[in-house]
Amino acid sequence: MHAFTRHTGVGVPLRRSDVDTDQIIPAVYLKRVSRTGFEDGLFAAWRGHEDFVLNHEAYRSGSVLVAGPDFGTGSSREHAVWALLDYGFRVVISPRFGDIFRGNAGKQGLLAAQCAREDVELLWKLLETEPGTEVTVDLQEQTVQAKDLTVGFAIDGYTRWRLLSGLDDIALSLHYVDEIDAFEAQRPSWLPTTTGLVRGS
Amino acid sequence: MGRTLAAKVWDAHVVRRGEGDRAAPDLLYIDLHLVHEVTSPQAFDGLRLARRSVRRPDLTIATEDHNVPTTDIELPIADEVSRIQVETLRRNCAEFGVPLYPMGDAEQGIVHVVGPQLGLTQPGMTVVCGDSHTSTHGAFGALAFGIGTSEVEHVMATQTLPLRPFKTMAVIVNSRDGSLPAGVTSKDIILAVIAQIGTGGGQGYVLEYRGNVVEQLSMEARMTVCNMSIEAGARAGMIAPDATTFDYLTGRPRAPVGPGWDAAVQYWRALRTDDDATFDAEVHIDTDTLTPFVTWGTNPGQGLPLSGRVPDPEQITDDGERLAVRKALSYMDLKPGTPLREIAVDTVFLGSCTNGRIEDLRAAAGVLAGRRVRDGVRMLVVPGSMRVRAQAEAEGLHEVFTAAGAQWRSAGCSMCLGMNPDQLAVGERCASTSNRNFEGRQGKGGRTHLVSPLVAAATAVRGTLSAPADLD
Ligand code: SF4
Repeated sequence: MHAFTRHTGVGVPLRRSDVDTDQIIPAVYLKRVSRTGFEDGLFAAWRGHEDFVLNHEAYRSGSVLVAGPDFGTGSSREHAVWALLDYGFRVVISPRFGDIFRGNAGKQGLLAAQCAREDVELLWKLLETEPGTEVTVDLQEQTVQAKDLTVGFAIDGYTRWRLLSGLDDIALSLHYVDEIDAFEAQRPSWLPTTTGLVRGS
Repeated sequence: MGRTLAAKVWDAHVVRRGEGDRAAPDLLYIDLHLVHEVTSPQAFDGLRLARRSVRRPDLTIATEDHNVPTTDIELPIADEVSRIQVETLRRNCAEFGVPLYPMGDAEQGIVHVVGPQLGLTQPGMTVVCGDSHTSTHGAFGALAFGIGTSEVEHVMATQTLPLRPFKTMAVIVNSRDGSLPAGVTSKDIILAVIAQIGTGGGQGYVLEYRGNVVEQLSMEARMTVCNMSIEAGARAGMIAPDATTFDYLTGRPRAPVGPGWDAAVQYWRALRTDDDATFDAEVHIDTDTLTPFVTWGTNPGQGLPLSGRVPDPEQITDDGERLAVRKALSYMDLKPGTPLREIAVDTVFLGSCTNGRIEDLRAAAGVLAGRRVRDGVRMLVVPGSMRVRAQAEAEGLHEVFTAAGAQWRSAGCSMCLGMNPDQLAVGERCASTSNRNFEGRQGKGGRTHLVSPLVAAATAVRGTLSAPADLD
């Protein structure tokens, strides 16, 4: 995972609320077994429409997505984050995120920045009047800046620290392996295991 | 101060408390990790890349469900990508020593049906799976929630997850005497809950379902309720274990036995929210006036009693809401004011981890017995697991379904999502007992109405959205 401090890129106004993960990447794309190459599935159902925002030349190379409330709700598929990252997005801005999506984003280095609804409106207006406008997102300062507009965003302190330091979760947990061992040693013996359930395993 | 059920289960699994100025999360131990073919390949890949192993294969179990066809299961999977995903799971499980129920196995099925029926899901456990409907297992008083693929990898490598406590919401479901009106099921309860609090209403919360109605629900009905907690935006749903729970577990393959059973029950009995505990939020549902509920839109919160009419967006004052309803109606091809009972369907799907268990099949068969699926309507009956299928066949339910003209299938997620051959065609309309009515969920361009098994069966007979009471 790469550390995230500050990013500048074209802002994409996605004037939709309740963008669930089925819309971000339809189930049919989940069949792959690789970790990369999911950009073609991003918003697949919408990209067929000429007037979809990513089909406009000015937004095509966008890397900061500005969406309405309840972005990333629904299915837990992490492919939604991969598809956004593979397409080139580094930041998603929304007044409210689906919990699992937000967790997944933080782990993969995609910044899910929570902005007030009014600020999202302002960003939409700006990006729509001047397509191709660059947006700078500063994680240290927790600000989003485009032209003369600067607004703040919220993110939990731990995810912010993780993103800034670029640390891998598993390594962090394995650091406490002695404590995990100790916890396991005192688990009640009646708790179920899956040993021997499957013939031949 | 007293603690909630969720807090008790949480506290019993903390390996290490989060600390410090960054407010690091707690490190939580995971008792059971369920795995399927869709969200695991990249996790196994990650382990391989980092040269890590699965720490506790004996607390892990895998099954094939999302991609599997439900007919001709002895043949290789025709769709290449589906086949690759399933074969990858088999290879990964063999390499990492994870037990797997492959297609065709007598225990194969939807991951959330398999865990409970084997007795692997028990009160007070932490259960995770790379699938949001893991909330199903909360019906046993387990803390069970869906995780993303990188968390799947995390659990595989460490048997723990770094997490921050969830907020708690009491969903109190009461009726005069705890019973439900005739024709009303737990599916109608949860659809009504979601319509009331909205698809974002439970966000960040663990919902604890309480009240005299919940106490009287069967174990399987409780699973239906907890299953759709995620559709209310919640991370998990829970119900305190009681005699119903213990009875269900008794004699299951992995339920404790002998002195272990006694010790377990003693522990389980303490898993209740203390009287003086407080929830972060509370909602109340009164079921005395509840009637069968169906969705008309493209999210599970867009539901109404079956006696209602398709809403008129122009009467909605909130701009965003009006736009959302307009979009939903255009996708669903519905006209405002149409009585819901007059909406004609092409397909009826009975199955999924929401309503693919034996009681669901019994309820639907009860309606279909001696009746026929209307001409021009296709009905798929897909048991949630091969064990459910075998049980249904032992009871002769399959004969009821086939005699009515429905298709009797093998176990899998089937038409719950467009990942296997069971899909809606563009423009097709379906009454479905599954949990999501998002655009394209059951196949590109398909239109979904979420319903209970009773409504599904009655709809199959009449050809329009109906309750059993509408049949003569
Ligand atoms: S039946 Fe549907 S909701 Fe349940 S696990 Fe399968 S795809 Fe997910």
